Amino acid sequence: MVETAIRTGALDALSARAPAIAAASLRTCPPASRFNFRGRPEAFGPAGEAFGVALPQTACRAASESGRHALWLGPDEWLLIAGDGEAAEIAAKMESALAGLPHSLVEVSHRNTALEIEGSHAADVINSGCPLDLSAKAFPVGMCTRTIFHKAEIVLWRIAENRFRLEVWRSFAAYVWAQLEEARREYGA
Amino acid sequence: MLVIPCPYCGPRPELEFRYGGEAHIARPEDPSTLDDEAWGAFLYLRSNPKGLHAERWRHIHGCARYFNVVRDTISDTILASYKVGEAKPDMDALARILAGGPRAAAGEEKSK
Ligand SMILES: [Zn+2]
Repeated sequence: MVETAIRTGALDALSARAPAIAAASLRTCPPASRFNFRGRPEAFGPAGEAFGVALPQTACRAASESGRHALWLGPDEWLLIAGDGEAAEIAAKMESALAGLPHSLVEVSHRNTALEIEGSHAADVINSGCPLDLSAKAFPVGMCTRTIFHKAEIVLWRIAENRFRLEVWRSFAAYVWAQLEEARREYGA
Repeated sequence: MLVIPCPYCGPRPELEFRYGGEAHIARPEDPSTLDDEAWGAFLYLRSNPKGLHAERWRHIHGCARYFNVVRDTISDTILASYKVGEAKPDMDALARILAGGPRAAAGEEKSK
């Protein structure tokens, strides 16, 4: 008998029951390829070129190019996000571009799951468990950072004025989802 | 909650950080030449001042970098934040700033 592994999203069951709340809608993001890249400055340029997105050098900023994203996490560390199933090709390309340059490139596609929260109260819902100033001035569109949401570490990325993406470790995802769900129900119709 | 200025990310809430103990403690270059007392002092003896203290913090739930902070242990006022490898600031100058600043009352309790 042939057994077939079926990968299910960490949030599939929860998201199926999520009520529609326009002021703070919550949804899961499709599966993605992800890498954590770290290196010395000599590697930043070739890494970005091979990945297809120049790695942002400004602290806490994300850059995107043709569906691929590079999120600054630290002065020598980025989270790279691309379409599902592209990991092998990206790894091969980056490894050959970085030959001889000390670096680390770790695939974390399935370590994280991602969700988006959108609506006029999206920032308020995130602030229910995260003390960062999410005003447009302090946390503008394109800003991203690792931070804490309640007790879980997340990567928070403001994609649009009222739209945030949260990259969450898979095992924390149900917890983060439940906290967001509880907070956003306050804004339900 | 303290707001701690990370030299990479800017001001961030304390819960994103971990404390790393006193800063500028250099590991002896040749430990085998030290006697037990000197090695013990390197490992365990810290200044523990009432007043300005240069200390390490790690922005573990942010950029994950270690950096140094000068904090007044009486009022928790943070007077400086700088990257690892940068020189320790002039502590006397910082003490004068603290004495004249908005939290002078807390700072003036300690005069050295
Ligand atoms: Zn930082």
